Amino acid sequence: MNILDPQGPIAAANKTILIDSIAIMLAIVIPTIIAIFAFAFWFRKSNSRAIYWPDWEYSGRLELVVWSIPALTIILLGGVAWIGSHQLDPARPVPGTGQTVTIQVVSLDWKWLFIYPDQRIATVNSLTVPVGSPLHFQLTSASVMNVFFIPQLGSMIYTMNGMVTQLNLRADEVGSLQGLSAHFSGDGFPSMLFDVHVVSEPDFASFAANTVKSNRELNSDVYKSELLKQSVPKEQAAYHLTDPELFGSIATQKIPPGPGPEPSPKEVSNIGAGNVR
Amino acid sequence: MLGKLSWYAIPFDQPIPLVTGAVVLVVILAVLVWIVLAGHLPYLWREWITSVDHKRIGVMYTLLACVMLLRGFSDAIMMRAQQALAFHSNGFLPPEHYNQIFSAHGTIMIFFVAMPFVIGLMNLVVPLQLGVRDVAFPTLNSVGFWLTATGALLVNISLVVGEFARTGWLPYPPLSELTYSPGVGVDYYLWSLEISGVGTLVAGINLVTTVLKIRTRGMNYMRMPIFCWTTLASNLLIIAAFPILTATLAMLILDRYLGFHFFTNTGGGNVMMFMNLIWAWGHPEVYILVLPAFGIFSEVISTFSGKPLFGYRSMVLATMAICVISFMVWLHHFFTMGAGPNVNAIFGIASMIIAVPTGVKIYNWLFTMFAGRIRFTTPMMWSIGFMVTFIIGGLTGVLVAVPPADFLLHNSLFLVAHFHNVIIGGVLFGAFAGYTYWFPKAFGFRLHEGWGIASFWFWLIGFYVAFFPLYAVGFLGMTRRMQHYDVAEWKPWLDLASVGAGLVLAGIICQIMQLVVSIRHREELRDVTGDPWDGRSLEWATASPPPVFNFAFMPHVTSEDPYWAMKRRAQVEGDAKEPDYQPIEMPRNSPTGFVCAFFATVTGFALIWHIWWMAIVALIGAYATFVVFAWRDHDEYEIPAEEVARLDRANREARRELVTAAGSV
Repeated sequence: MNILDPQGPIAAANKTILIDSIAIMLAIVIPTIIAIFAFAFWFRKSNSRAIYWPDWEYSGRLELVVWSIPALTIILLGGVAWIGSHQLDPARPVPGTGQTVTIQVVSLDWKWLFIYPDQRIATVNSLTVPVGSPLHFQLTSASVMNVFFIPQLGSMIYTMNGMVTQLNLRADEVGSLQGLSAHFSGDGFPSMLFDVHVVSEPDFASFAANTVKSNRELNSDVYKSELLKQSVPKEQAAYHLTDPELFGSIATQKIPPGPGPEPSPKEVSNIGAGNVR
Repeated sequence: MLGKLSWYAIPFDQPIPLVTGAVVLVVILAVLVWIVLAGHLPYLWREWITSVDHKRIGVMYTLLACVMLLRGFSDAIMMRAQQALAFHSNGFLPPEHYNQIFSAHGTIMIFFVAMPFVIGLMNLVVPLQLGVRDVAFPTLNSVGFWLTATGALLVNISLVVGEFARTGWLPYPPLSELTYSPGVGVDYYLWSLEISGVGTLVAGINLVTTVLKIRTRGMNYMRMPIFCWTTLASNLLIIAAFPILTATLAMLILDRYLGFHFFTNTGGGNVMMFMNLIWAWGHPEVYILVLPAFGIFSEVISTFSGKPLFGYRSMVLATMAICVISFMVWLHHFFTMGAGPNVNAIFGIASMIIAVPTGVKIYNWLFTMFAGRIRFTTPMMWSIGFMVTFIIGGLTGVLVAVPPADFLLHNSLFLVAHFHNVIIGGVLFGAFAGYTYWFPKAFGFRLHEGWGIASFWFWLIGFYVAFFPLYAVGFLGMTRRMQHYDVAEWKPWLDLASVGAGLVLAGIICQIMQLVVSIRHREELRDVTGDPWDGRSLEWATASPPPVFNFAFMPHVTSEDPYWAMKRRAQVEGDAKEPDYQPIEMPRNSPTGFVCAFFATVTGFALIWHIWWMAIVALIGAYATFVVFAWRDHDEYEIPAEEVARLDRANREARRELVTAAGSV
């Protein structure tokens, strides 16, 4: 999950900006820290060789320098931020070798559902993508907020109920990666991990072809009964998607948001006149 | 009759909160019994609980902060231990408990440690620095303190009665809505902060009015010590920002209690609006905390370098620039929510611009040390430790202000390390510097240097050992608030971080020892003159501790660093002749604040548990208290001229020798 070991162009570009920004700042931070130690040491009270100017409190030239150094650094970094924000806008398509793969992501309590509308398949907590192809993610949440993040592919993005966010990534190396939720979403939050399998294009085609034959079908009824309630799944289910509008139904709240926790014995005993619920 | 409250609210099945709560309860009861039996109760009531003296209120704020620091830190130790143990296992804290702990840790550290610490120091020092006898609204000041204490009390009650929020220190909906958090935890959070938020707001109004309206003769704006300037900026921010917090939390309360739809998923609610509003308060909040700390460092560095602050006008300009710009950057808390590139870039650059005035301050402190005679006392050590640590925190802060970098680091442990870097390295080090620096002013004796220096080193090294691993583990993709994890590379870093927490614990133990040792040796550490550090501003021109009226005569200020100038003048002109003492009128003590807070506590508790009749009775009680106070006939008493003269003569006598030796100390 090392973000300094990128496996795709977005993560690599993010990392370059991160390293460059640190370098630009270190150029003034290190001399400043050295100066703090040097001044503190040299002007110690016991050092009789050091000068003492008890009334020295102003120097126009120094003031100019004092304002200029941070200002110039920030102008430089501001340029980096401006250009980087535009080039790495998550909604901006990423070029790649093959066909763009659209993946619809739904964060649930506490698992990830990945819907491949073009392949008519869906998976839970396991994301398989072809190497080199542009990946276009559309993301929403079935209940509370989460953040979709595959550290080695770069840029994370929020998932929110009733809304769709956009993210474009690309994976450049075949292999296995790990994804996670980067926004606290309740008791099962640390289990919201998912495996990312970056496979060759033929492998991806066979994965899609095999999965579509799955005898587990996913439509809004199955979604409501198997996925919507709070749970941490033991297995990584794979479905044949029979309702191509499923993602839209979730995002537009045609399927109502997740129900939250079932009342525990404690709360049942407390449900009385005073409880709005 | 008792709403949702029942025996189920007591966590009999959870030994950690139950045992902790029981021990704390026993300790509190023992202290109370001792106070009553030893006959200290009338003294406490007369001199502290009902006091409207800004110095006493400042001390009580600081005491509250120190006690709550222990609570917040024990949460931190448990979190570090949990994350060190929870590799491939569940650790020792189940999720529902761990989630309460990190939520309580953040809430307590920001609202009930950092805030009361800086407000306490401002309360104690600002009227003295301005050369005046009290703040603008003394009784309101007491009300503000006691309402803050109410909030702290409610948060701690949640430890044993019910539960605290499990949603993080900022309860993002929809997780914090009734659907997903049906328990009372979020309600505890909301009502404690609604009540203490009112307390903070009145403290802000009070201090702004004091700085703007009540200054001694000749103390114009450009002669005010920089701490008064940062106090002004910080409290202007309080006045502008805290109503946003109160309103935002009130909207969430309406959602939870009356079925409104401000932030719900359904019914037209907008969850993003909560983040927008909470950070419109939240980002100014960090400057509310750090600006007073900047002021403290300015005073300390100038005093212990034996020089006026370099670039005073620059400092004032930088302070006010931060005050304004801090309201224009809040969006950087959610760059990853999918805003367009223009929005992200503009807020990223605005966030970086704040680094410019902050950088200017660092350089001005640096040049204040240049050509000085630096004395490495404990407050100065905290200041130097701050300068180095804060620069690093600033670097990582500017880094996450670059949107594409934030896309990798948002919500990671890198971010956690960053804000601890600036809040511990900035606010807390500042608070500790101020605590050691002004302790002799408040109590009349200095704190023990040896224990102070020891605690500084433990804290400093402990901080680096605890949080630099978190920067590293953030680069390894670890996100915050994980109750357990399965990634082997994270484990060694988290182990190391828990060692750092142990070092910080040693630092805290040293601070407790410092206090104990200093009290036992107070006669040797006595500050007889009122000027133990060869100070420069007016708080050192009166006795330690100052008489209730602060100054027998309102000082006449003719320059910056007025007390320094007085000492110099005295050396040239010799001793001024004794002034003609006059009687002084001071505000009477009032139990209004304490009684109001009692009713506020009952109201808050009743609302949390849906005990409606109790809430109504307590609200009527609070209103009646206000009416009784408003109908008072006498609100001042007179201190006779002989008493003023007696107190002032003693201090003038003690100070005579010091003044003639000033500058050579």
